[in-house]
Amino acid sequence: MTPPIILARGLEKHYDLGAETVRALRGVDLEIHRNEYVAIMGPSGSGKSTFMNLIGCLDTPSGGEYVLNGHPVAGMSDNELARVRNREIGFVFQTFNLLPRSTALENVELPLVYAGLGKGERRRRAREALEHVGLGDRMDHRPNQLSGGQRQRVAIARALVTRPSIILADEPTGNLDSVTSEEIMGLFARLHDEGQTIIMVTHEPDIASHAERVVTLRDGRIESDRRQTPVAPGVEWGHLPAAAEA
Amino acid sequence: MGGREAVRIALQNIRANKLRAFFTVLGTVVGVTFLIAVITLLKGMDAYMKEEFAGRIYGHNTVLVRRVPEMSSEPVTEATWREWMRRPLWTHEDAEWLAANVRTPGMLAYAYDETGRVSDGRGREVSGVRVVGGSANWFAIRDLEFEAGRPFSRHEADRGVAVVVLGRDVADPLFPGRNPVGQTVRIHGFPYRVVGVMEKQGTLFGMSMDRVAIVPIKGPANGALFAYNSVEDISFKVPETPLMEEAQSELIGLGRTLRGLRPAEENNFSVETAESSLGFWNRVAGFMLMALPALVSISLLVGAVVIMNIMLVSVSQRTREIGIRKSLGARRKDVLMQFMIEAGTLSGVGGLVGIGLGIGLAQLVTAISPLPARVSGGAIALAIFLGIGVGLAAGVYPAWRASRLDPIVALRSE
Repeated sequence: MTPPIILARGLEKHYDLGAETVRALRGVDLEIHRNEYVAIMGPSGSGKSTFMNLIGCLDTPSGGEYVLNGHPVAGMSDNELARVRNREIGFVFQTFNLLPRSTALENVELPLVYAGLGKGERRRRAREALEHVGLGDRMDHRPNQLSGGQRQRVAIARALVTRPSIILADEPTGNLDSVTSEEIMGLFARLHDEGQTIIMVTHEPDIASHAERVVTLRDGRIESDRRQTPVAPGVEWGHLPAAAEA
Repeated sequence: MGGREAVRIALQNIRANKLRAFFTVLGTVVGVTFLIAVITLLKGMDAYMKEEFAGRIYGHNTVLVRRVPEMSSEPVTEATWREWMRRPLWTHEDAEWLAANVRTPGMLAYAYDETGRVSDGRGREVSGVRVVGGSANWFAIRDLEFEAGRPFSRHEADRGVAVVVLGRDVADPLFPGRNPVGQTVRIHGFPYRVVGVMEKQGTLFGMSMDRVAIVPIKGPANGALFAYNSVEDISFKVPETPLMEEAQSELIGLGRTLRGLRPAEENNFSVETAESSLGFWNRVAGFMLMALPALVSISLLVGAVVIMNIMLVSVSQRTREIGIRKSLGARRKDVLMQFMIEAGTLSGVGGLVGIGLGIGLAQLVTAISPLPARVSGGAIALAIFLGIGVGLAAGVYPAWRASRLDPIVALRSE
């Protein structure tokens, strides 16, 4: 069996708040393999945001072990974490987090700028990624000239452009209407079919139903970890109803 | 992230916030403007002093031998003054002896100056005229252009023929609309025949250089307008600058021999060059070139504080952007560089605007006052350096703050 993309063992995270210590994660063990499509669920305060920050290498664990695609993350310096974020992880955020004054193309190019790629190569790959998410005709638009679904697709193109080991999506449909949400889920389903590993943090059961595995956290521990038959998105990618484009 | 990319982002941010950018760099613009204006004017004055003032008084490549210095770079005490007044006068014979014995290649002329009146004998008169009695070489060691006629000849000079060359400010009032050459004027009562009129030379610190009449030193004015047989200054012009030092020391030696001075005795005459006489000015100019820009730099300091403030505001407004960049793999160094380059670009642009305004201001001052301006490459380089430097110095702290932001916190900010 191939080694897991994500290997967490006894993962802990404590926050010192003066007198008391908040134990946000109390020993999480999890393995995620290549091309899995995992939803991470849990009520607020369950530690899922903390867990996501650790998986995304935005933070380092207080205890335990975390290996991402062969890189042991615990004890990495800021610069090493930045490099891992750049190479291994493609973030998709609830609020899209696009740079408002940059065009779609410039936004998608940004991770490649930090990867140190030359301008020509950046342009080429960013175009490719935008075409892949069906925005080949919106490259020079700024975020405020795009619909919510289109913005999230730009963000997904930006996540894909570095060919990361995992796509890490934090409530990717939280700011979208239901039709657009289904459209984005359709895109995720296709990326998954193409071999992409996807980890999605959500509190919506509807959205989690599209994943093939659901991990539920509660009080800083894994409460359940079950496999399921993913529900096909209501809007299949490539057959978008006209309303979804509005 | 490459530097060019960062400059591009910086320019994009400046364009997006034009008004803020303007206020941010206002201090830098003002500082650089005055820095450039001050240096440009000082350099202009310096060039004026060296080329125009000293050049015209002493002549180019000329050593001046006098009884007392023409210009003193030291304050003159009463004791010094008394010593000067006890010094013997130079005579025509002394000057000719120097001319005959000096070995350094060059040409010697001597002169006596006195202020007098020149009239046409029929009621027109110009007073306050600098009447110069020159020896035969007086014109030869100067580059003077003639508007009409000619200089007096060697023969006329040696024989003391009563001929005169007039400046325009003497010739024009005496002979309005007429050619003065061939006319007769009266100087100190003696009739002199006009043989030439010099071209207009303009003013020097507001004094007319054209209110002059040049006559042979041995003419009728000798002993009347001029102290008899006396010389005020002996000019020795060498063909090229490297000979100046040799000429200076040889003339000191000859002068001492002529005066019979013993080794322990001080020179009882002065030997000057344009350069040596500018010692005082050089000190003043050197001090001003240090002090005035330093004063002006205070406004750059204020500019730096403003830039730092606005950059801090900018960092806190763009916390989200910093979070996004960090999540996409920007290292601390990348964020630091981005904000440093942004500050540097901002104030660099301010510096360029300041250079333009400063040169403009200097030209304006030149246009409405007699102060000359001279744009110097060094000043521009200094201004660009200071402009960018101010931004970088002011940008360090905000950029450092930005680079230290926790990406999780930054992403969560509104």
